[in-house]
Amino acid sequence: MSPSESVYPRGEHPDLAPPIREAGAAHWLRKNLFSSVGNGVITVLLGAVLVWSLSKLLVWALLTADFTGDSLKACTSAGACWAVVTDRFAQYWFGFFYPSEAYWRPLLAFALLGPALAPWLFELKRFSGPLKVFSLAYPLLAYWLMHGGVGLAVITTDLWGGFALTVVIGVTGIVVSLPIGILLALARQSELPVIRLCSVIFIEFIRGVPLITLLFVASFLLPLFLPEGMNFDKLVRVLIMVTLFSAAYMAEVVRGGLQAIPKGQIEAARALGLGYWQTMLQIVLPQALKIVIPGIVNTFIGLFKDTSLVAIVGLFDLLGLTQTILKDVAWIGSFVEAFLFIGLVYWVCCFAMSRYSQTLERRLDTGHRSND
Amino acid sequence: MRYSSLAAALLMLVGLTLPASASTLEDVKGRGHLNCGVSTGLAGFALPSASGEWVGFDVDFCRAVAAAIFNDPSKVKFTPLTNKERFTALQSGEIDVLSRNTTWTMTRDMKLGLEFAGVNYYDGQGFLVPIALGVQSALELDGARVCVQTGTTTELNLADYFRGNNMEFESVVISTADDARTNYLAEACDVYTTDASGLAALRSTFPDPSAHIILPEIISKEPLGLIVRHGDNQWGDLVRWTLNAMINAEELGLTSQNVGEFEDDPSPKIRRLLGKEGDFGEQIGLDALWARHVIEHVGNYGEVFDRNLGKDSTLSLDRGLNALWSEGGILFAPPVR
Amino acid sequence: MPPQTSFQTKRSWRDLLFDARVRGWAAQVLTLAVLAYVVFFLASNAATNMRALGISSGFGFLGQEASFDISMTLVDYDLTDTHAKVFLVGALNTLLVSVLGILAATALGILIGIGRLSDNWLVAKLSLAYVEVFRNLPLLFQILFWYGLVLLWPKVRDSIAIGNSVFINNRGIEIPRLVFEEGSGLVGGALLIGLIVAYGVRRWAHRLHDQEGKTVPGLPLVMIAIAVGLPLLVALVLQFPWSYDLPVRKGFNYKGGISIPTSLVALWFSLTVYTGAFIAEIVRSGIAAVAPGQSEAAASLGLRSGMTMRLVVLPQALRVIVPPLISQYLNLTKNSSLAVAIGYPDLVNVFSGTSLNQTGQAIEVILMTMAFYLAISLTISLGMNIYNTRVAMKGGAPR
Repeated sequence: MSPSESVYPRGEHPDLAPPIREAGAAHWLRKNLFSSVGNGVITVLLGAVLVWSLSKLLVWALLTADFTGDSLKACTSAGACWAVVTDRFAQYWFGFFYPSEAYWRPLLAFALLGPALAPWLFELKRFSGPLKVFSLAYPLLAYWLMHGGVGLAVITTDLWGGFALTVVIGVTGIVVSLPIGILLALARQSELPVIRLCSVIFIEFIRGVPLITLLFVASFLLPLFLPEGMNFDKLVRVLIMVTLFSAAYMAEVVRGGLQAIPKGQIEAARALGLGYWQTMLQIVLPQALKIVIPGIVNTFIGLFKDTSLVAIVGLFDLLGLTQTILKDVAWIGSFVEAFLFIGLVYWVCCFAMSRYSQTLERRLDTGHRSND
Repeated sequence: MRYSSLAAALLMLVGLTLPASASTLEDVKGRGHLNCGVSTGLAGFALPSASGEWVGFDVDFCRAVAAAIFNDPSKVKFTPLTNKERFTALQSGEIDVLSRNTTWTMTRDMKLGLEFAGVNYYDGQGFLVPIALGVQSALELDGARVCVQTGTTTELNLADYFRGNNMEFESVVISTADDARTNYLAEACDVYTTDASGLAALRSTFPDPSAHIILPEIISKEPLGLIVRHGDNQWGDLVRWTLNAMINAEELGLTSQNVGEFEDDPSPKIRRLLGKEGDFGEQIGLDALWARHVIEHVGNYGEVFDRNLGKDSTLSLDRGLNALWSEGGILFAPPVR
Repeated sequence: MPPQTSFQTKRSWRDLLFDARVRGWAAQVLTLAVLAYVVFFLASNAATNMRALGISSGFGFLGQEASFDISMTLVDYDLTDTHAKVFLVGALNTLLVSVLGILAATALGILIGIGRLSDNWLVAKLSLAYVEVFRNLPLLFQILFWYGLVLLWPKVRDSIAIGNSVFINNRGIEIPRLVFEEGSGLVGGALLIGLIVAYGVRRWAHRLHDQEGKTVPGLPLVMIAIAVGLPLLVALVLQFPWSYDLPVRKGFNYKGGISIPTSLVALWFSLTVYTGAFIAEIVRSGIAAVAPGQSEAAASLGLRSGMTMRLVVLPQALRVIVPPLISQYLNLTKNSSLAVAIGYPDLVNVFSGTSLNQTGQAIEVILMTMAFYLAISLTISLGMNIYNTRVAMKGGAPR
């Protein structure tokens, strides 16, 4: 029985289906792909190129590809030789030297990153309090798992590498730079001229030079500035620079949040007799930080991509490690396959994070319009 | 004292090493491992293997020094260093020995606060060209595009050679040996220049090595050596004599396989090297069996060469200049006596 | 907040401790003291270390002969030139790739950004895919990847020839070079005069339109005719006072013409593709930020869609677009330093790389390199601030 045959009270007639020309697949096609002659030509051309290249890629990457072997010579098919990935698969994730019996440690540390981040990234209904405590303890816990000591075998930082190292540099950079960035942002808004000036100079200096020059400083200038005989290992030096670098960017993100908090909030807090730090810690920062979480995530994506630069100063992160594998006589010439693989790894991480930050931006956009 | 050890432990936690004492050997012994600087990746000289270990010619010399001190070649922490970082790392005490195919030059010896403890590889800069190019001599290379690695003496030698012979060239400056191979094979440059060992090593990885020749001109002397900080003579001596012991061992026919059979050998040369006679270990601050440990764990010079660069390796380089003096080369180690 | 001091006649030390002004001064003095100590600590260490290691200091090295070759130079350079010249050559190469990258990335970004808003579903989705793929891959990765692929281009003897003037091979792209001969200055002068006259015509036509409501038919054509026609006429009279220096294969390589090395091609391409993805998003959100009522209102006033875009939407969108766009330009310039990974002779590669290695004076070299980038970004930031103030004074936010 079609709805039009029924009798409805006035004003309660359900919407009718659109006319047949305005619905269905044919309509969708006409509206979105062939709305005009020009559009139709573009659609056909682009579609043809797309289908052709995707089918080529499929044949090369999967249908005629080799997946195992211990050198490039072992690959005999016409297509891709993924053996460069499968043969040293674990090394891509854990580095050349991390002992295989301890692979569970970085894995566990990585898995625990989820619960540690959850209370900050999602609005949890339960367990939010205990998880926040856990996430404060997380950096130490993760360091203990990765590095060892106190009951676990020690694995020194020079043995770290691959994707694990990429994550370590990225996460350390962002976690340590957050408090520094907040301090810098507060300092930049400070009424004390000396403190404001110092903060501005620092931020503008770091943001004005390429990261690679800062890494050069870490790799061969910093040892010159330390007393003779005292030195950090290279990873720590690089981490210091990466942290300072992202702190400057973080400061600008946080400053944006601080500026979005209406003056009335601060004045009200002062009127209640709260001091500067009380006002900031209890009133301003909680609101400001919530607004800037997408910005922080974006900074982290940037930092995560920038960790690849440590390959230039000789650390074996995911990119540096891949370049080194390709120096092995067995794998010279497997460049495209190895790079496509790590490209996929980088891409999945960055894409997931940017999706998250976009969702968050949308949520904040609708939820917090009452500020002004 | 308890506080200071607590502080030390805290500093260790963040990867900070405490100020070194006067003697590198004491530091190394106290630390329990040797810090050795190697290349970030050069086939045959230093490269991480599929099983997650450093392998290569330069790497084995690090292991030899560790074996001499600890009787355990695994007590080495390797620090991969780029061209630019290598000297700073040594100067600042981050590493104890630099074993990274580094050319011994007067400037480096005098100005950089370094000391060359000996030459473990005699090399010279040459040119690699495809046979198809029809070039017989480097003097025919006027106007060629030359691939050269940055941050090396190679770059300067190249410029000197072409300028000296009134020829022009275009350089393609690349950062790693791997890029050099890619560029050269793609014929993005006509010629590749680096140390002849490197050329031969590179050529052996080509799909068709016989289609390429190394031109007869060797345009520079490149003695590659082990380097320590200037000013700690005891440490320099230790590294120098570890190298000498390995060369002497080859000359005397001692290998990692047969060194046990020479336990009761009457030859005084062998008895001195193996610590049966004299106090040579004590003189360099080690125990009497130091050289024996090196030979047992790492092998003599010839074994190290063959395993990484020579006939037992994928590179299969000739010994050439690096054969013993008695076999047509120039390896001539001072005697242990 | 300090306690109300006006009721108190005696001020105790305790009050002083809680006085915000006193605390403020104390904090500042303390900060300065700590900073001064850190600087002193680092500097004295550096001085001690450098003396102990015999590393020389000062900028004397700039006058030393560099004696290494640079594969691409915009100014004359040979082996006998100094390290100061190396700095100049590197800086110019950095600027070159940055400017090329900025131009191409802007064009690509606008194209993709508009594509994102296209009615055509396929175009919109492909644009989206482009943006999501390229901005989520590390730039260094992309540079290395494209450079690896460019090397797979044909070898020099199998160069792709376009006519007999452009050759493409894995060493680079060879293009003809324009050689100016006597009289070409006159053509240049004619071009300049033509442009000025055309601009004058445009102003006259606009005034006519504003005051009398008359339009000059085919104004753009007239302007082009003047700007192009005048120099063309002069060139015809002087029988084209220029010639082309064509690339010709000679010995190992192509000689003559201009050679664009593959490292530049790969770097330029990567910077363009990477930054283009960000610019596309900036353009898209800028256009989206202009309220749809604006273009509807424009349409109801009878403006055609092109005019609506040019006169109504774009001027408003630009206010949103320009600040993040400039910051992308800055990023691109800084990112060009990744040239070091593929051997394009930019400032970081030749100066912070080779010169540093040959002279060993790391501190001076790195400082000079940083100063160069700082100067660029401070100049642009300054310009940006001026632009922001001007835009802010003209009206509020574009929403």
